[in-house]
Amino acid sequence: MSDKNKTVMMKPHDKVAVALTDIESGVSLEVVCQEKTFHVTLKDPIAFGHKFAVAPIREGEDIVKYGEVIGVAIKDIDVGAHVHVHNLEGKRGRGDKIGKH
Amino acid sequence: MYMCTTLKEKEEGAIKLVNIKEGKFLGYRRPDGKVGVRNHILILPTITCATRAAKQITELVQGTVSFIHQHGCAQVGIDYDQTFRTYVGMGLNPNVYGVVVLGLGCETHQARSVSDEIAKSGKPVVTVSIQDHGGTLQAIAEGAKVAAQMVQDASAIIREECDISELIIGTECGGSDACSGLSANPAVGYLSDKIIDHGGTAILAETTELIGAEHLLANRAVDDQVAKRVYEVIEAMENRSIQMGVDIRTGNPSPGNLKGGLSSLEEKSLGAANKAGSRPLQQLINYAEAPTKKGLIWMDTPGHDIEQLTGMVAGGAQIVLFTTGRGTPTGSPIAPTIKISTNSSIYKKMSENIDLNAGSIIEGEETVDQVGERIFSEIVNVSYGKLTKAEILKQHDFGIWRIGPTF
Repeated sequence: MSDKNKTVMMKPHDKVAVALTDIESGVSLEVVCQEKTFHVTLKDPIAFGHKFAVAPIREGEDIVKYGEVIGVAIKDIDVGAHVHVHNLEGKRGRGDKIGKH
Repeated sequence: MYMCTTLKEKEEGAIKLVNIKEGKFLGYRRPDGKVGVRNHILILPTITCATRAAKQITELVQGTVSFIHQHGCAQVGIDYDQTFRTYVGMGLNPNVYGVVVLGLGCETHQARSVSDEIAKSGKPVVTVSIQDHGGTLQAIAEGAKVAAQMVQDASAIIREECDISELIIGTECGGSDACSGLSANPAVGYLSDKIIDHGGTAILAETTELIGAEHLLANRAVDDQVAKRVYEVIEAMENRSIQMGVDIRTGNPSPGNLKGGLSSLEEKSLGAANKAGSRPLQQLINYAEAPTKKGLIWMDTPGHDIEQLTGMVAGGAQIVLFTTGRGTPTGSPIAPTIKISTNSSIYKKMSENIDLNAGSIIEGEETVDQVGERIFSEIVNVSYGKLTKAEILKQHDFGIWRIGPTF
């Protein structure tokens, strides 16, 4: 399987790409999206369907996929790290945040 | 060896059915002019305590269908209205030839009122009441007797050539994974555009799962009023979780969605919105309401699979497309539900439940358009009578979106 079929990145300014197969930690990948190419070495094992960062993401920064905001980083995320519920929080429907500023 | 070859040849899409003109199918014309792709007799229980008797009628009479539910009494206001509209909509769906409305007798949702509304369409409707008929056994006997006559009358109808523009296709996704937004949902989006270009209607639902993607749909609204409604229904849905003081993520995305790689509701929504294709949003309708326009319609429903399926079918959808990444058995008692897998492994694992596979897009073997065309062919085949997996397994799911307490 070439790199082309291992991952998919939806929009050029997205911060994440998606693994299309289980990929081990330490693997170096070339992620291509339109005119942009990212060289990423995975810091975590990424399961099929899961996301990894293609650019560094700072705590409090919006995380973009499909060219749209899918949530916010709750800690700094390095290039190649797994992006999921441990470091990404949704911003919508957050009744738990009411009165807890 | 011969058996194996035969089975292999009969894999998805390999069966050649009667040749028909592009954009046409054979349907059942109803007295109100609408067209069904099925010819069911519906035994419609208006109250929980009549569901058991309704089920027993379906066991006695071939060609009848029913459903189990827990509603129909001690309901008030808009919650009463929504349940009433759902019952009536199920009876009015053109896949139904005739209806036996079965009530207990003392409930708030009176069987007679439901029958009167359905009868306005001109289709055969008979009301049976357990209390009036002197008990369960008499009511079953009466219901079975009228249903048997309806089944024979229905079987004598000759199907006629109908236009794809007469179809309302419901679209939904359930048990989503990260592939949903990459494969099956975009393919359903292609299909939605194609149905609309043929003059037909596609319903987008699950308001919850459009939170975070609403601006994309609002930008496609035909006028400001529809755009305003988009933001209103989204706000109302989001406020329900906010008023409860909880993170909506504790219920949606579900544990299966999270395992599949979806991390937030916004991410799930952006994938789900792909089902809506690219055509203008014509109308935003209430739960279980029938669209009064053609083209792309948004029905305000929750993300709950069965509640949204029921809402769309009660709104008149003759066929539903259901994409799934984690796998699901879901089906409707009256509307064929074509299930489409987002990845090939779940298609292989749950082939008894899933009709088509869009996982080929992930593997680079097919394009979104090619899979969209396959879905279109399947709709035509199903319109002709090809049974879906959910129909074969008698997956008669039904659930009403309750918007008020029971008293």
